[in-house]
Amino acid sequence: MTTPILEIRNLHAGIEGMDIIKGIDLTINAGEVHSIMGPNGSGKSTLAQILAGRDAYEISEGEVLYNGKDLLDMDPNVRACEGVFMAFQYPVEIPGVKMTQFLKAAVNSIREHHGKEALDAVELMGLFKEKAKLLDLPNDLMKRAVNEGFSGGEKKRAEIFQMAVLDPTFCVLDETDSGLDIDALRTVAEGVNTMRNDKRGFLVITHYQRLLDYIVPDHVHVMVDGKIVRSGGKELALELEDKGYSWVDEKLAGAAG
Amino acid sequence: MTSTATTIEEYQRGGYKYGFVTDIEMDSLPPGLNEDVIRAISAKKNEPQWMTDWRLEAYQRWLKMDEPDWAFIDYPPIDFNSISYYAAPKSMDDGPKSLDEVDPKLRETYNKLGIPLEEQMMLAGVAVDAVFDSVSVATTFKEKLGEMGIVFCSITEAIQEHPELVKKYLGSVVPQNDNYYAALNSAVFTDGSFVFVPKGVKCPMDLSTYFRINARNTGQFERTLVIAEEGSSVSYLEGCTAPQRDENQLHAAVVELVALDDASIRYSTIQNWYPGDENGVGGIYNFVTKRGKCQGKRSHISWTQVETGSAITWKYPSCILLGDDSMGEFYSVAVTNNRQQADTGTKMIHIGKNTRSTIISKGISAGVSNNSYRGLVQINKGAHNARNYTQCDSMLMGDKCGAHTFPYIDVRNPTAHVEHEATTSKIGEDQMFYCTQRGLSEEDAISLIVNGFCKEVLQELPMEFAVEADKLLGISLEGSVG
Amino acid sequence: MTTMTQNQTMRDNSWLLTELPESVIEHDAARMPKWLADIRRSAFRQFTADGLPSAKQEKWRQINLRPIRETAFGLPADGATDVSEAEVVGHSLPFVDAVRLVFVNGRYAAELSDARAMPSGVTVQTIREALKSESTILETHLTKYVNADDDPFVSLNTALLDDGVVVHIEKNITCDTPIYLLCITTAADGPIITHPRNLIIAEDGAQATIVEDYVGTDGEVYLTNAVTELVVGEDAHLHHYLLERESDAAFNVSTLTAYHKTSSTLSSHTVLLGGALVRNNVNPIIDGEHCHSLLNGLYIGRGKQHIDNLMRVEHRKPNCESRQFYKGILTDESRGVFAGRIIVSRDAQKIDAVQSNQSLLLSEAARANSMPQLEIYADDVKCTHGATIGELDEEALFYLESRGLAEPQAKAMLVHAFAGESLERMNLPVVQEALLQMLTQRLPFTSAANV
Repeated sequence: MTTPILEIRNLHAGIEGMDIIKGIDLTINAGEVHSIMGPNGSGKSTLAQILAGRDAYEISEGEVLYNGKDLLDMDPNVRACEGVFMAFQYPVEIPGVKMTQFLKAAVNSIREHHGKEALDAVELMGLFKEKAKLLDLPNDLMKRAVNEGFSGGEKKRAEIFQMAVLDPTFCVLDETDSGLDIDALRTVAEGVNTMRNDKRGFLVITHYQRLLDYIVPDHVHVMVDGKIVRSGGKELALELEDKGYSWVDEKLAGAAG
Repeated sequence: MTSTATTIEEYQRGGYKYGFVTDIEMDSLPPGLNEDVIRAISAKKNEPQWMTDWRLEAYQRWLKMDEPDWAFIDYPPIDFNSISYYAAPKSMDDGPKSLDEVDPKLRETYNKLGIPLEEQMMLAGVAVDAVFDSVSVATTFKEKLGEMGIVFCSITEAIQEHPELVKKYLGSVVPQNDNYYAALNSAVFTDGSFVFVPKGVKCPMDLSTYFRINARNTGQFERTLVIAEEGSSVSYLEGCTAPQRDENQLHAAVVELVALDDASIRYSTIQNWYPGDENGVGGIYNFVTKRGKCQGKRSHISWTQVETGSAITWKYPSCILLGDDSMGEFYSVAVTNNRQQADTGTKMIHIGKNTRSTIISKGISAGVSNNSYRGLVQINKGAHNARNYTQCDSMLMGDKCGAHTFPYIDVRNPTAHVEHEATTSKIGEDQMFYCTQRGLSEEDAISLIVNGFCKEVLQELPMEFAVEADKLLGISLEGSVG
Repeated sequence: MTTMTQNQTMRDNSWLLTELPESVIEHDAARMPKWLADIRRSAFRQFTADGLPSAKQEKWRQINLRPIRETAFGLPADGATDVSEAEVVGHSLPFVDAVRLVFVNGRYAAELSDARAMPSGVTVQTIREALKSESTILETHLTKYVNADDDPFVSLNTALLDDGVVVHIEKNITCDTPIYLLCITTAADGPIITHPRNLIIAEDGAQATIVEDYVGTDGEVYLTNAVTELVVGEDAHLHHYLLERESDAAFNVSTLTAYHKTSSTLSSHTVLLGGALVRNNVNPIIDGEHCHSLLNGLYIGRGKQHIDNLMRVEHRKPNCESRQFYKGILTDESRGVFAGRIIVSRDAQKIDAVQSNQSLLLSEAARANSMPQLEIYADDVKCTHGATIGELDEEALFYLESRGLAEPQAKAMLVHAFAGESLERMNLPVVQEALLQMLTQRLPFTSAANV
């Protein structure tokens, strides 16, 4: 049960000469849910973007292995085809492109990568319907352009819906809870929980503990200033919620002194 | 994305896939333009004297006119005496009586272009007039249409068979002296299609003309006339390709549409003339005058165009909204890549009461190309309650191209309501990253986003054309990913 | 020179070309420094070579210059003016604290002006004064920004430039006092032509407000051909107002060119009310990053007025914002033209440009033309433009009437609301209030109702 899906080794990265990720080691095994918490500007979202393949960031040191392969060497679409999925913090609007059209292209692109036959329209619609039920998506959402005119909650639910449709091996959730009310949060978490199994790994990035009441992590890491400064079980999240991020900072300062 | 796989394949094959040359014996006039040449063209077509005279009159007018220079395009002067004004396959001399008699080489050419001339092989429900250089090679489904009183034939044939209709309508929408290229066309036009839909008849199939330039050093000057009588309707499609050559070739067509009371004409074009290579060598100069007259009350003319080809496009399919309650529409996608130049748009002239027009234009520029929208909306004094809505959006791909918008709005009636909106944008990095994160290749992502951008226009195309257009957009933007 | 004049005679018979004596240029040159005399001579040559614009030229397609072509203008005489103090007060906007420079027929009238002491760091001089002083500002800046291509009126102004103001605001100086230029033309003795020329330099970090106001007496025929060049230094803020209230028989051609340096802000407000034939050219050249350029315009046509606006916003550097909001209200047989072009050069990425032209047509015979144009060579830009032309919104009118307003009152309210948006963008209460009064007198329906 300890097959590593993702191994981050001594990762250093930045943008335009500014260091943001300053040496991260993290291994996520199949079946595990890891959470990274941290204050704003700690580098959480940067890490997510790097894992998904945003090319704006320069990797100065370290490596990331995904199922034993060099992840950083893959183009973003190859990562997606290999099973990496990122639920974006701010899903972009793509005018004129219908959700169904978009997902059809994505599903079949990934299937083609695995040497599988493309799904026809009927099969796809069946798949979409099944997964849409899971996320309680409004019916017309599939007919609308990708993320266009979606409410904040709809955007986030649509991201998890896409995750369910694309059936990835490793999922990064980048502040999926931001801007969600408690009902929406519950729906999103349920969607994620039904996808938890012993083959899949999750990295849940969040600022608040709230989400972790619903998606209970196996491991919690606290990230401050580009480094993981503490790791522990789910109780760490509660402790953090209780004492705030300044508590970690003070501990750090204490350690440095 | 049904065409994803094919698009990738075509990317890999690269470039312009209609660039082949048909090796066929031709009957051509030597290059040069004078009254004798015009008489010779007229004689080859066995035209009546009135037609010859009409051509000569147009030629005299053309001589006195100047080439327009206001468009946002740049090209070396054209030597009109270096062009051959007539080129036809020899085998057409005797005039094949039926489709079976058409030269196999020509049939093969159209098969290669995906336009089989055998009726049983045709895309269901489309009648085709195939024009090869200066002559119409074949027209399919003629008899079937004839039973309903619909005339669909080459303009050459129409001049012989329906002189009264040609006399009445030729030049009635685009007068000889309308502009430089229209005058030239009026003098030297060689072939084109003629459509007449009688009163009350709804044409049961799409009519289509496929234009092919093959011969070297020739210009193609086709003339198309579509007449829809009271209460009738017709959908007309045209497609164009040409071989890949290093010289520029001139294509100066005139299309006239006339819609009487309650008639409706839908005219769709996929223009894919050879655009020249990535260094701007070769390609077609596409200088075209297209205009429809909504002559009758409640008549309706709709232009839809997907312009991906030609080195230079100069084209403004227009509507004269004469009849009360008539409606004009213009839907356009123009793509320029490499060194292509396009200056295209429309004119909506509102004359009748309660006339309405809609303009949706999508321009996509890539490479080092320049793409301009130029459009006129004119509301005349008598056009009470006229309405126009215009939306023109430009998308830039890369930082070496240009996207320009030049609308002209002239309103002389206070009851008019005219609205114009335009935006310029690029494919956002965010959009690209989002798509690739979901597993799409960059090419597919671009194709998807571009199709989304053009959706309002593409959905106006008849089914057969929509698939074609979809593929074409992807191919035309090949290599434009940064 | 003789041959050139003959050629011109063949091409163009307008008085400006045939009767404008070169001797005038040479006569004035005698009292000018050589650099200026040379500039004037070369501009004169340019003008005679170009001739007056023809309708075939794109920028002049919508305007019929025949009335200007056919009028025999005289050049204003130097010296005595017959404008009284009372007339000046009558024309003047009711500023309490402005520096007021009065020009009569293009010449500075010291006795009518109120050139109170300026704050230190601010110099306001007439061109004639500046030429006599040690200042090199004129030689450094004059004619360096305005583009005379396709615009013979600019060449003509330069050829005959003789007076106007030079304003210099030194680095980091904020000039709170508005600088008010009142240009009065009197042409009771026959048509004249004037060539006001202004140069306004706001050095880095400076701030100032300039108001140009052109007035005349209805019925009198004359041509005001004004050119103003503005330089907005780094992080400087300039507010420029142009009020055109010429005689209803007059012609006004004015050109404003603004050169933007880094992080500079310009707000240009233009209100065109008078004149038989009016041409308003505005050309910001945005040659620094992080600039803001606002062109706010309102034109109201009545009778047979023709009002023609030509905007040309040049974005040469990245990360800038420009806004054009022009509104026209056209009644009777008047015609309003708006042609605006946004040009974004290849390297000017991240430009956010908006261009909007709205016209209200309030009579059967009024006419509006709108040509909002984009010329874009950079791919990462956000440029939008829009134009609407139509009559008052019937829904809104009905709503107001259903709430008890009489039709004229409802119409007046809507017309005022339409114009009001332009006034709200201004930040000079004196101008706003004065304009509001003028509009109330001028706008249709408003005489019927107190709004």
